[in-house]
Amino acid sequence: MGTFTGSFKGFGVTFAHMFRKVVTTDYPFTPPTPAPRYHGRHILNRHPDGLEKCIGCELCAWACPADAIYVEGANNTDEERYSPGERYAGIYQINYARCIFCGLCIEACPTRSLTMSNEYELARDSRQDLIFTKKELLAPLLPGMEQPPHPMRLGGTDKDYYLGALDNPGTSVGAERAPWSESGTEDAATAVDADARPETAGTLRRPGQSAKEAV
Amino acid sequence: MTDVAKKTDTVTLTIDGIEVTAEKGELVIRVAERMGIAIPRFCDHPLLAPAGACRQCLVDIEGQRKPVASCTQTVAEGMVVKTQLTSEVAAKAQGGVMELLLANHPLDCPTCDKGGECPLQNQAMTNGRADSRFKEHKREYEKPIHISSQVLLDRERCILCQRCTRFSEEIAGDKFIDLMDRSSGEQINVYRDDFFGGEGTGDGQAGDGEGDVPFNSYFSGNTIQICPVGALTGEQYRFRARPFDLVSTPTACEHCAAGCSMRADHRRGKVLRRLAGDDPAVNEEWNCDKGRWGFQYQTADDRIMTPLLRDARTGELREASWSEALLAAAEGLTAARGNGGVGVLAGGRLTVEDAYAYAKFARLALGTNDIDFRARPLSAEEADFLAASVAGVSDVTYEDVENAPSAVIVGLEPEDECPILFLRLRKGHTRKKLQVTAVAPFLSRGFEKLGAALVPATPGDEARLLAGDPAVAAALAAPGALLIVGERLATVPGALSAAAALGARTGARLAWVPRRAGDRGAIDAGCLPNLLPGGRPVSDPAARAEISLAWDTEAGKLPTAPGRDTDAIVAAAAAGQLGGLLVAGVDPSDLADPRLAEQALDAAGFVVSLELRHSAVTRRADVVLPVAPAAEKSGTYLNWEGRLRSFETVLPTTAMTDGRVLEAIAALIPSNHPAAAQETTKGISLGTGDVMAIRRELGTMPPTRSARSVAPAVAATALPGTGEHEAVLATWRQAIDQGSLLEGDDVLAGTARPPVVRISRALAAGLGVIDGDAVTVATDRGAITLPAEVTRELPPHVVWLPTNSPGSTIGRSLGVTAGAVVRLTAGRPGPVLASSEVTA
Repeated sequence: MGTFTGSFKGFGVTFAHMFRKVVTTDYPFTPPTPAPRYHGRHILNRHPDGLEKCIGCELCAWACPADAIYVEGANNTDEERYSPGERYAGIYQINYARCIFCGLCIEACPTRSLTMSNEYELARDSRQDLIFTKKELLAPLLPGMEQPPHPMRLGGTDKDYYLGALDNPGTSVGAERAPWSESGTEDAATAVDADARPETAGTLRRPGQSAKEAV
Repeated sequence: MTDVAKKTDTVTLTIDGIEVTAEKGELVIRVAERMGIAIPRFCDHPLLAPAGACRQCLVDIEGQRKPVASCTQTVAEGMVVKTQLTSEVAAKAQGGVMELLLANHPLDCPTCDKGGECPLQNQAMTNGRADSRFKEHKREYEKPIHISSQVLLDRERCILCQRCTRFSEEIAGDKFIDLMDRSSGEQINVYRDDFFGGEGTGDGQAGDGEGDVPFNSYFSGNTIQICPVGALTGEQYRFRARPFDLVSTPTACEHCAAGCSMRADHRRGKVLRRLAGDDPAVNEEWNCDKGRWGFQYQTADDRIMTPLLRDARTGELREASWSEALLAAAEGLTAARGNGGVGVLAGGRLTVEDAYAYAKFARLALGTNDIDFRARPLSAEEADFLAASVAGVSDVTYEDVENAPSAVIVGLEPEDECPILFLRLRKGHTRKKLQVTAVAPFLSRGFEKLGAALVPATPGDEARLLAGDPAVAAALAAPGALLIVGERLATVPGALSAAAALGARTGARLAWVPRRAGDRGAIDAGCLPNLLPGGRPVSDPAARAEISLAWDTEAGKLPTAPGRDTDAIVAAAAAGQLGGLLVAGVDPSDLADPRLAEQALDAAGFVVSLELRHSAVTRRADVVLPVAPAAEKSGTYLNWEGRLRSFETVLPTTAMTDGRVLEAIAALIPSNHPAAAQETTKGISLGTGDVMAIRRELGTMPPTRSARSVAPAVAATALPGTGEHEAVLATWRQAIDQGSLLEGDDVLAGTARPPVVRISRALAAGLGVIDGDAVTVATDRGAITLPAEVTRELPPHVVWLPTNSPGSTIGRSLGVTAGAVVRLTAGRPGPVLASSEVTA
């Protein structure tokens, strides 16, 4: 008796699931869209003229509980300028074998240079490739930006950059949102700009695009 | 005794309700500090005079109308002090001062080098407000201006505590940096023409305008270290690291014989900065810029990392394995030992342990006393003097210098040649009763700052002055007087004899101050042709027996005859009489005759060089073995006092000490003793591979019972005659020059004193030159042309040149040493002279 009703109970669960929402994702073909606040890989943002926002202050490295960030500062000169002000990051590395994506570095960043994107596809073949340098981390140049080193275009001193930062944020606003997010910024929504967005740089795919197309 | 009497003179006061007894005259902030009550402060520094400039240390004292700065207030009987811990008034006053200090302080912390170790940042966090009420624009200055090639000044960050100006004025005596302007525009700066309405460049950079005076003090780095904000920063460490990145190791300075303790900070296998250590007995809390910044040689591109062997076929050096190179060195030295012998030039840069290894290697493996550490002009008289009066003696200390009533300085320019000794002399002069008498050609800047009385000396005349000058004898009459002689006196025949005799006659204590860190240690370790380790005379059989016992060898195995000194080794090698040379860190340019030294290296049959970087020696060596720089090994220096300055490894690497390399070579050298002739396969066991083993060996060696040799008695020689337009050459090395440990350090070189030729007024009149005119100093070998500086006190027929500064390399260009007669002409040399300068 117990066995009989027990079997029906078990099958009942199975039948019930047939009418529930499917949780399986078709991952490699249709990657899921994370929430806008999702902590993905980092981006080093730029000022609107292309200068780096990072000043090499190492506060992110200081805040990092996993010791994943390595920074060495360097001296900007009038001839060779990478960021407004005196200092820029000569070396900037994040080791994704160590990073725990806690976001404390983002909180520590005094210039909003370091933000996180929604990109989560970070598997690599070797440990060495998991150490991202400025080459991988820097935001791509948007239209109107110029590859540093170049002189300050937005004013005479670094203060002109920081005081106007709210009206003219460069790549730091919206950089953390994925372009497929509904609340994505205007420039991210257009197809042209989407190619230039940091989150879509590299081999990351957009929704609806197959793995083959992306490569 | 007087100190004890003073201590009984005490007062009792109350701080935060706790009764405390303090010395009369003590500052309230110090008494609180002793009790463990931390009062915030910026301008207060225990080694500087009280200033009360920053007002951060305000405390509430009963009976006073307003809060009082505790760093200037001395204690009084019955005083009742309430700090911020117990008094609302004091806390509010301190909070207000902090808010005012921060009102104009920029929000620079992320880019500021001081961030993370900044007293202002720390105390703003502990005592300051959480937010700012100051909404207006902060005061703006041009961001950092170079006040010297090495020091940067950011006036926005400055809180006008005046630690830097007080250090420069009180301690170093270089008042290049001062408060300027008034009111809210008051600022620290160096003298700039445009600042005072003159014709400057107007861009705020010092040193561009014609009358600008950059901050070129030998001690400028200390102001960076004591700056409580990031207003003064150094070019070399700029933006290189944060405090939390750095691993700090206490160490000792490897530059001069002052023996400063230091702190080396490294990150990722590279030393990034060095700071003065806190050692009240030696360097107090200061060091010189050379010690602070002169460490780039360790990471120079031409550092030798693998053994090199001269290829028999091509004649070029090629990389070799350690085993191959060691075997080649051992075989070559063994052959050279039987073929005229091997001379050992140890150099003055070795630690005591490494010097001891060379001394032991020379005696046991090479069977010779031909070993000398002196890589500079020298004399046989000096070796005798060192054996009699210096080896094993540590009679005079820094404290004695500070408290002496009188000091006579001969053959030494303390600021250039031993900067920390200079600071201590200056402390004695400014704060105590020290009277300095300089037996020198003229009053140099250093002597001027010491308020020294000049006994004018033509180079070569020092012996006569020491023997008979009444001013010198009078200066040494007071009990506790000191006679401080420099290593340069070796070139004056009879001078060291006269110094020893004068010391014995007047009772003045004698201090011999060499220039390099390893010099003093090398004497005690036995790197002299007439001395075995521990100051034992080579010629004394009892002393040799003691060493034989310590080294566990048969008596009679040690070489008995005193060996050749550096000059004799060089001469013998140049004449082809030596089979080989073993050379440690020696630069031929430092020797009396660089050209002859290079000929000697060429002529010697087999040359082994233990070096850090490529040099004139490695270019001529048959085997080059890389050794560890000071940061990569542990060891001990003996400073001029005879004080041990031990240090441990800063950067652990695979680099080997000289002692370890020598041990490895010795193990492959068969013993040369007749009794051991059969067992040729057995090598010599040196036991110098481990620094701790050497320390144990030296520590267990009992003090010698052999008699100290007697001081030399060499007669003074007459001064050479000088014709018209001829002069006697005076020279010494400036602190920051072209020394091989400072090579490639351009930022530091920018703060060096500009090389000039100093000529007497009589010579200037005879040549018809004024300050700034080019004057050429020539010998038969070559010529040096520098701008003239007419120097008032110089004796009529004396000319002074820096020994090894840009444009003035005495040994190489002129081929002479101090005391030689040189020819002078106004202007630049003609084509004939110019070509000879090129060939030199």
